[in-house]
Amino acid sequence: MKVEQISIFIENKSGRLAEVTRVLGEAGVNIRALSLADTSDFGILRLIVDKTDAANEVLKSKGFTVNKTEVVAVEVPDRPLGLNSILQVLDDSRINVEYMYAFVERCGENAVIIFRFDDTEGAIRVLTEQGVKVLAGQRVYSM
Amino acid sequence: MIWNDEFETLPREAIESLQFKRLRQTLERVYATVPFYREHFRRAGVSPEQLKTLEDLRRFPFTLKQDMRDNYPYGLFAVPLEQIVRIHASSGTTGKPTVVGYTRRDIDTWSELMARSFVAAGAHKGDVIHNAYGYGLFTGGLGAHYGAERLGASVIPMSGGNTKKQIMIMQDFGSTVLTCTPSYSLFLAESVAEMGLDIRDFKLRIGIFGAEPWSEKMRDEIEAKLNLKAIDIYGLSEILGPGVAIECYEAQNGLHMWEDHFLPEIINPDTGEVLPDGERGELVITTITKEGIPLIRYRTRDITRLIAEPCICGRTHKRIERLSGRSDDMLIIRGVNVFPSQIESILINIEGVEPHYQLIVDREDNLDSLEVQVEVNERTFSDEIKVLQELSNRIRKEIKDLLGVTCKVRLVEPKTLARSEGKARRVIDNRPQL
Repeated sequence: MKVEQISIFIENKSGRLAEVTRVLGEAGVNIRALSLADTSDFGILRLIVDKTDAANEVLKSKGFTVNKTEVVAVEVPDRPLGLNSILQVLDDSRINVEYMYAFVERCGENAVIIFRFDDTEGAIRVLTEQGVKVLAGQRVYSM
Repeated sequence: MIWNDEFETLPREAIESLQFKRLRQTLERVYATVPFYREHFRRAGVSPEQLKTLEDLRRFPFTLKQDMRDNYPYGLFAVPLEQIVRIHASSGTTGKPTVVGYTRRDIDTWSELMARSFVAAGAHKGDVIHNAYGYGLFTGGLGAHYGAERLGASVIPMSGGNTKKQIMIMQDFGSTVLTCTPSYSLFLAESVAEMGLDIRDFKLRIGIFGAEPWSEKMRDEIEAKLNLKAIDIYGLSEILGPGVAIECYEAQNGLHMWEDHFLPEIINPDTGEVLPDGERGELVITTITKEGIPLIRYRTRDITRLIAEPCICGRTHKRIERLSGRSDDMLIIRGVNVFPSQIESILINIEGVEPHYQLIVDREDNLDSLEVQVEVNERTFSDEIKVLQELSNRIRKEIKDLLGVTCKVRLVEPKTLARSEGKARRVIDNRPQL
């Protein structure tokens, strides 16, 4: 039920983001979802891609600092309070969201949101128990 | 005006014969009381009785800062601790400071030399001396303080920081002489302007600035902005503290070194060979009156030259030219001595941090700034910003705790810092050249 995400350390200087996407594109890797968190000095680019291992290897070989983390993809009803219903479930179980970002594509009537939790296993259990749809990695990579 | 007419204007021959007598006594004393020197001289194949003329000093070995570290804390003291009335220290490269001890007579000598320095700078009894050098282990604050009292001036023991209060007191108390680092003086000047005050309403007449290198251009700026005459002072805790040498008010050209207490030499820093007067090289100083911790041929690492020509002020003591750099990689940042190796040892001790770093030194708003660039690697990298920010906060805090310097930490991509063949270029100093 977990999804692999790769994160890349990017210095805040022009051309670095383009370099990452060029390297991935030339390796035939397609980006499924992304988020860029930035500070004044550096940024962290987080990606869900169709070929995680290939992306990881090619970026490392080009000298980027990359790490892999497990995140959770959740289907969220695409209507007012849709996201809130899920966050409420998490809050009731005292599960902290480290960060989150939206998937670029919709899944039927639902939107897909990527979450990074302090307790990944616990979050998946609670969400599943509450009937929230958590997507499997394979499903996400091929969306 | 001269504080001690007899000694400050001694004829050349009289200075040299006094120096010879005092040097011989000092060599005999350290040989008898400091095991380090006995061994040091034995290895070099010399002994005090071989000193027949002042020239023979060059046969004796140098003393290095490392020797002080190796003998931390009291190993180089030439008297028992019960005769030491004051202990000061400067920062050291391994986190251990360089410790110096003063006997009552050393404090007396220091006060005398600082009083001479104040008078050479144009100060006198009746002046209100605003002392913004830091009080504490650093020698600046107390050194200037005792000298000001010896002079009979009214000293305000401000110490550093708290700029608004400094300015209020300077104005209300009618300070006439300011003592601090040159960069802090400019900071004060700008704060005066920011507070909407007019420097012409202040009574400042003279500024005595030291503890960091500064340029002629900076002097012009300070003199214009603070409406005073800016005098350069030199000192280092190993030798005494402030007051080892000072410019005179009359010439403002080279710093008179009090040669009845210190013997200066200039050497080629690569070969150790002694250079003639007028040639530029590393300043080496031998103390010839100190009791607590006399030092023989101490390599200061400061680059300057000796000026032997007579000065218009009438003092006969040789001058050293305004310092033009260092023979080692030490940086002086806001008056604090920083070796790149100190930063390196802090980084190495932080789990997962690469010892690949670069120091960028600059001057912003007339204050030195330090940026430490550290490479991020897979072990330190996290997909969460807060983890990386905690890392840079920790590095910043450890540098502040150990070195007393506030810096900015910048995390950079791996392999972005230059790996040169041989010696890595660790420091980029963008401050204006002297």
